[in-house]
Amino acid sequence: MIYFDNVSKIYHDGTPALEEVTVSINPKEFVSVVGHSGAGKTTLLKMLLAQERPTAGSVFFESIDVHALPASAVHHYRRKIGMVFQDFRLIPNKTAYENIAFAMEAAGRADDEIESDVPYILDLVDLTTKANHFPNQLSGGEQQRVAIGRAIINQPDLIIADEPTGNLDPINTYEVVEILKKINELGTTILITTHNKGVVDAMGKRVITMDRGRIIRDDPQGQYIL
Amino acid sequence: MFTAFRRVFVGGTKNFVRSGAVSVATVVIMTVTLMIIGFLMFLSALLTTTLSQIQDKVDVSVYFTTSAAEGDILNLKDKLTSMSAVTTVTYTSRDQALQDFRTRHANDQLTLNALNELGDNPLGASLAIKAKNPNQYQAIVNYISNDADLQSAGTSIIDHINYYENKSVIDRLTAAIQATEKGGLIVVIVFAIASIIIAIATVRLAIYSSRDEIAVMRLVGASNAYVRGPFLVAGIIAGVLSALLALIIFAPVTLYLGANYTTWLGGFNVFTYYTSNFMQVFAVLVGSGILLGGFASYLAVRRYLRA
Repeated sequence: MIYFDNVSKIYHDGTPALEEVTVSINPKEFVSVVGHSGAGKTTLLKMLLAQERPTAGSVFFESIDVHALPASAVHHYRRKIGMVFQDFRLIPNKTAYENIAFAMEAAGRADDEIESDVPYILDLVDLTTKANHFPNQLSGGEQQRVAIGRAIINQPDLIIADEPTGNLDPINTYEVVEILKKINELGTTILITTHNKGVVDAMGKRVITMDRGRIIRDDPQGQYIL
Repeated sequence: MFTAFRRVFVGGTKNFVRSGAVSVATVVIMTVTLMIIGFLMFLSALLTTTLSQIQDKVDVSVYFTTSAAEGDILNLKDKLTSMSAVTTVTYTSRDQALQDFRTRHANDQLTLNALNELGDNPLGASLAIKAKNPNQYQAIVNYISNDADLQSAGTSIIDHINYYENKSVIDRLTAAIQATEKGGLIVVIVFAIASIIIAIATVRLAIYSSRDEIAVMRLVGASNAYVRGPFLVAGIIAGVLSALLALIIFAPVTLYLGANYTTWLGGFNVFTYYTSNFMQVFAVLVGSGILLGGFASYLAVRRYLRA
């Protein structure tokens, strides 16, 4: 489903962020990418989202060469992927309901679809009672659940989560991980980066370990080892 | 298509309302900008009225000898009237000139006695000529001086033309009028540009606070047009509100200026001008508001849609 073919990225100041990374991810996998800060985890995700271009090599999503897409097609491509960030990145002047609905509106979905799907997703992430709250009226865990709701509303093939539990306390972390597991069981591929040993070890799924821009370990049922 | 348009419109309106203080600041700055544009309109109207009043006061008079035949003079009047450079030609007959003289010196018994002593009317007929443009007087005067019909028995029937006496005044006035028109235009352009730049910078600042939001919208798969739309709508709303606010503020301001400064402005009543040209001022301000708000938002969002 996802294939990094010998991808290298060197930033303008000469820092190498990725070096000759080759890795493939199959549909319905749950993959954790671990490594120290600066190991290249976030760069890897940015490549997949077409936010950064590789200096060498190619990135494929299904049969699409991500960096050969014309600028006008990038937003269509991104609708296939749901994004979750460490800092949530909700739109501050939209309510929880509107934040989730925005992803559907942007994809051009009909009003009746939005009116039936958004309450369903709010229920899934357990935020029905806070639908009309603005992000600054929600706790960190609640904001992250809104972000997950927004990521899955368009039924993407892939969810990318960059440090989704980085700003959360253990209880909220547990809840977010449970939701992600549930989504994965329903058939969505999940790719997360994390520093949280507890999360990775409890999962018992594939773990890719990165160090200084290279993949140094790739275990099908891995542990957090650095 | 319609759904997208409605969503963009609703989204823009909500953005504007929920941005609260930022929207208020934008509207205040844009109101000031639009008021400057409005005042420039008043200034240019004032300038035009004053200049035309001054131009109206300038004329050239041709005085004829006492022996000149009235027919020749009226012939010349017809010829001058048909010239495109000439606005009006007023004929004053010898009798009329005498009557005017008597009226003017009604309290001056000495002068009237002297006139009576003469017995005959010493005053010649005259033509007062007004040109459309002060710099055309020279050509008109040349035309009259060279007209062969005005020669009778080898001597001209023209006694004198006061243009030569007034020439330096007319020339200076012409130069002053042209300089004022040019200078006024430059001032108008400079002020308009300066205020527009300030308004654009304000909108930019307002949208700068939304740059992360724009990045998120793009990441969840919104097209550039769909991201830009609500910001354009919010900008246009700010522009229209500012224009309406400026129009409302102008009412008491022009009323005050009209009541207190009309004499000082040479008879130009700002309030009368505002009310009688309201539709024009309304169109210019609302139009500028829409353009300014829309254009500034477009520019500001464009920065964050690159890459």
